[in-house]
Amino acid sequence: MATKTLRFFNETPVIPGFSLSFGFSTFYLSLIILLPISALWLYVSDMSWAQYWQAISDRRVVQSYWVTASGAFYSTVAATFVGFVLAWVITRYEFPGRRLIDALVDLPFALPTSVAGLTLATLFVPGGWLGQWFAGDGFIGQWFGPEGLKISYAYPGIVLAMTFTSLPFVVRIVQPVMEDLGAEYEEAAQTLGANKWQIFWRVILPSLIPATVTGASQAFIRSLGEFGAVIMIAGNIPFKTEVTSLMIFVRLQEFNYPAAAAIASVILLASLVLLFLLQLAQSHLLGWQRNKK
Amino acid sequence: MIARRPTSWHQWLIIALALFLTTLLLVIPLALIFSKVIEGGWSLLVQNLQEDYMLHAIGLTLFVAVLTVPINMIFGILLAWCVTHYDFRGKRLLTTIVDIPFAVSPVVAGLCYLVVYGVESSFGQWLSAHNLQLMFAWPGILMVTIFVTVPYVARVLIPLMQAQGSDEEAAALCLGASGFQIFRHVTLPNIKWGLLYGVVLTNARAVGEFGAVSVVSGTIMNQTLTLSLLVDQLNNDYKTAAAFTAAALLAAIAMITVLLKNIMEWRMRVSQAKAAEEAGAVFNKRNA
Repeated sequence: MATKTLRFFNETPVIPGFSLSFGFSTFYLSLIILLPISALWLYVSDMSWAQYWQAISDRRVVQSYWVTASGAFYSTVAATFVGFVLAWVITRYEFPGRRLIDALVDLPFALPTSVAGLTLATLFVPGGWLGQWFAGDGFIGQWFGPEGLKISYAYPGIVLAMTFTSLPFVVRIVQPVMEDLGAEYEEAAQTLGANKWQIFWRVILPSLIPATVTGASQAFIRSLGEFGAVIMIAGNIPFKTEVTSLMIFVRLQEFNYPAAAAIASVILLASLVLLFLLQLAQSHLLGWQRNKK
Repeated sequence: MIARRPTSWHQWLIIALALFLTTLLLVIPLALIFSKVIEGGWSLLVQNLQEDYMLHAIGLTLFVAVLTVPINMIFGILLAWCVTHYDFRGKRLLTTIVDIPFAVSPVVAGLCYLVVYGVESSFGQWLSAHNLQLMFAWPGILMVTIFVTVPYVARVLIPLMQAQGSDEEAAALCLGASGFQIFRHVTLPNIKWGLLYGVVLTNARAVGEFGAVSVVSGTIMNQTLTLSLLVDQLNNDYKTAAAFTAAALLAAIAMITVLLKNIMEWRMRVSQAKAAEEAGAVFNKRNA
C-alpha cells in the first residue's frame, strides 16, 4: 500500500486495468530486455580484469572502434545533410515526385539490412552501375588517381551503407517539426525587412536545431550498431574495414565467448550512455525552445 | 506549413538536388534488385524460388513474423495503456527501458540472449540436459526478433493515446463499462490506425532482422536460415542470382510495407482531423 511520505501514484488511478497493464509491462520488459542485458554484465564480471582488458584492447579491436566511430560520424554528417534537404523539399514545395520522395524515404527502414548491403555493394563495385563513375577512368574516379575511388569493399562503402540505413531517422524526426513551423514567423521577419538568408539562418534554422540534433543522434547511434549492411559492403579486411559488431561475431566464431562478451559490453555501455544523454539533451533542448516561444 | 509551388530558380535547384539524391540513394538500388532478377529470366526465377532452402527460409521468416507481431502488439497496447492512463513513479523509466532495443546494436542483443540461454550459462546447460535447444534453433531466432521489435507498437501508441487523453474512457467508466469494454468500444476505435501502423513497422523489422538473428541462428541450411540470412549466405557462396531472388522477395515486402505505412499515416491523420472537427463542433454547439 502507498504510504503518505513516499507515494507510488501521483494521482489515484481511475480507469481500471492498472495492475494488469503495469504488471504485464514490467514483467515483459524485465524478461525480454533487462534480463539478457544484465546477464551480459554478469557474464563479463566473471572475467578477471586483465582478461577483460586484453579482450577489449586488442589492436585489431581498437582499430575497429576507430573504423566504427569515424564511419558513424561521417555517415551522420551525410545523412543529416541529405535528410534535411529531403525533409525541407517535402514539406515546403509542391512539385511532381514529392509524394514519391516522401514514400521512398521509408525504404531503408523497410529494406532488410543484408539486402541493402548486397545492393549497394553491387552498385558500387568498379564495373557496377554507379561504381563505373568512381573507377580510375570514371568522371569522378579520375580525380582520385589511376586507381579511382574504391567504394565497395573499402572504407567509403561503410560510410555509404551507414548513411543509407540511418537516412529515414533524420527525415522522419525533422519533417514533422518543419510542418508545424507556421508561416507567421517568416512573414513577420519579412515585414521587418529580413532577406531570405537572414530568415533562414535567424528564424527557421534555430527552431529546427533540436529536431535536427535528435535526428542526427539517432542516426549516429543507429550507425554505431549497424551490422548487416556494413559487413556486406565493407570487405571486412582486418585493421582496415572491420567494424566492432563484426569483431564480436569473429570472436564468437572462434568460440571465444568471454572476449565477444567483453567487446559487446563496450558497445552496450557506449550506446546506453548515448541513449541517456540524448534523453537528457532532448528535454533540455525542448525546454529551451519552449522558453523561447 | 502548407507546401506551395516553387517560384524562384534556387528553389527549383534544391528540388533538383533532392530528386537527384533520392534517385541515387533510393531509386537506383531498388531498380538494381529487380533488374538482376529480370536479367536472369523467368525460368531461373521460378527455379530459384522452388529450391528447398528458399521455401524453407520463406516459411521460417513468415513463422517468426506471425508469432512476433501479436506478442509485441499485446505488450505495446498494455504499456501504452499503462503510461497514458495513470500517473505513477517510474513512468519515465518504463518508457526509457522500452527504447533500449533501438539503441542496442543487434549483434550485442543476439549475444546477450546467447549468454542467457546458450550452453555457456548454467541455465542453458539445464535446458540442454532436458533436450531443449533454444539457441541455434528457431526459438532463439524468435526471441531475438521479439527483442529488436519491442518498441515499435508502444512508441506509436504512446503519443497517440496521450493526445487523446482519458476523458472518453472516464465517461465510459461512469456509464458502467468494464475495463475491457472501455478498451474494446472506446480506446480501440480511436487507436486502430495507429495500432496497424505499429504492426506494419514491427512486421517489417521482424521479417528483415539480420544482425541479432545471425548470432543465434548458427546458419544451418534448411533449418535456421531466414530470408535475410539466406541473402548473405548465398552471396558468400557466389550464388548471386539466387541471392538476388531472395533479395527481390524481401524488397517486394519492403515496398508493400512502405505503401501500407503511407496509407496508415494518411488514415491516422484523417481520423485525428475528424476527431478534432467533432470536438470543435461540440464546443461550438455548447457555446451557441
